[in-house]
Amino acid sequence: MSAILKVKNLSMRFGGVVALNALDLEIHEGEIVALIGPNGAGKTTFFNCVTGIYKPTEGDVLLTARGQENIRLNGLKPNQVASKGMARTFQNIRLFQSMSVLENVMIGRHCRTKAYILGAILRNKATRDEEQETIEKSYAILKKIGLEKYVNESASNLPYGAQRRLEIARALATEPSLLLLDEPAAGMNPQETKELEELILRLQQEGQAILLIEHDMKLVMNLSHRIYVLDYGTLIATGTPQEIRNNPAVIKAYLGESDDDSQHRSHKEGANA
Amino acid sequence: MDYFIELFFSGLTRGSIYALIALGYTMVYGIIGLINFAHGEIYMIGAFTAYIIASVLSIYGFPALSIIILAGFAAAIWASAYGYTVEKIAYKPLRHAPRLSPLISAIGMSIFLQNYVLLAQTSDFLAFPELIPDFDFMEPYADKVGSTDMVIIVTTIVVMIALTFFIKMTRIGKAMRATSQDRTMARLIGINVDKVISVTFVIGSALAAIGGILIASHIGQINFYIGFIAGIKAFTAAVLGGIGSIPGAVLGGFVLGLTESFATGYVSSDYEDVFAFSLLVLILIFKPSGLLGREEVEKV
Repeated sequence: MSAILKVKNLSMRFGGVVALNALDLEIHEGEIVALIGPNGAGKTTFFNCVTGIYKPTEGDVLLTARGQENIRLNGLKPNQVASKGMARTFQNIRLFQSMSVLENVMIGRHCRTKAYILGAILRNKATRDEEQETIEKSYAILKKIGLEKYVNESASNLPYGAQRRLEIARALATEPSLLLLDEPAAGMNPQETKELEELILRLQQEGQAILLIEHDMKLVMNLSHRIYVLDYGTLIATGTPQEIRNNPAVIKAYLGESDDDSQHRSHKEGANA
Repeated sequence: MDYFIELFFSGLTRGSIYALIALGYTMVYGIIGLINFAHGEIYMIGAFTAYIIASVLSIYGFPALSIIILAGFAAAIWASAYGYTVEKIAYKPLRHAPRLSPLISAIGMSIFLQNYVLLAQTSDFLAFPELIPDFDFMEPYADKVGSTDMVIIVTTIVVMIALTFFIKMTRIGKAMRATSQDRTMARLIGINVDKVISVTFVIGSALAAIGGILIASHIGQINFYIGFIAGIKAFTAAVLGGIGSIPGAVLGGFVLGLTESFATGYVSSDYEDVFAFSLLVLILIFKPSGLLGREEVEKV
């Protein structure tokens, strides 16, 4: 299995605050990888660095996608990153609320289509074919995600779980080699979470590589092949769900530590500073 | 009754021009939340370009109809180039600045363009050739509505329909809507937001230029200052209709044009602005987001 995403020595500093500290991470083809850690550990910052919203202070982000190997993503703009083959969703819902469900997915096809002003004016065959193809592919994605019954509904009228799934549909429309999901199960009820779990698994079986940020540990443990654990911007553990579950450092990060340990820790941090 | 109809059509004509310019205001506001005060100047530059092209073509003896079409195209393209450049120079560097900075930059651009045309051309009023011929089939109605008025009204309606279709249906139109709703998200699904913003400025400028050439040939004279008044009125129309809304801009333009026309016809031309702006105040009291504007819902 070859690596789709290689992150090497990635650091992100905001002034004096080190949000990410020399991260190394790899994701292989067809893998579901989870990135977990306590609140404020830097998970979303990591997503922002990888997708071009932030420019990392140091390090490299290399993507192998769409027949190109090791495309350097750091320094590219978000729209360029997306067209290279990476898509993401957000913690909170960021659908285009006043557009229909179908349009939300169609807009995801933007970077895979070409028609421009001239095409819109002339409406030549190429433009019309492209529009037709966009509609067909978008509809196929909605069907795969199970949202086809809402196709002409306004996105804002969808139930919460369906909105979250629509976000995934829109991300899939960009034909990503790697799909980043930022807390996809946040705010979902158990039924919706279960459906989401099935959906993610189905995508993986179709060969989609997925990187997941999630607080729902049951979901993480059920789905992921490998897990990276982040705390205070530093990777503290990686491994299979089984290994992570039994890793003392992870338990410490999540549950806190005894007095002795914390003294030891603040001492260490003092030394680092 | 005849007088009423005459005023009605003259109001629609004015309103059409306001609407054409207001579309540019409203599109730019919708997409980057900026009042582009230099927009009126783009319209003025469109009129000047048309004047120059039309003068040259008429020396070579082109027929009137081909002159207006060629001059219209030239003006639209040239004004678009200005709109594009203004955005790149005055607004793009301030994309992440506080809201007030691009506003000041816009006012500066407006003053600059006025004075640039004043220096490069003239401060005098120039007689603009009557480019729109009198159509024979309009003859029976000529005392109520002239051919020029008809051309202006029809052009505006066609443009509005085309624009609505463009924004609703096409790939780039969808990208514009996406950008106006959530710029970061639009970027993340692969939309080149800078390009979309440029396209918005180009389309808005082309529309303003078309407005410029139509009104210039209707009124028959232009100078460097026409963009200011027209810009203020069109801005009023955009706010009246609900800034950010495209049908709103057209409706606002028509409402404003008709109000002015009736105020001029039944009261006095001295009071046309008083009526126009009183109407604005009244509408904003009862509908703060304008006639067709969407209320901004604060999320808790």
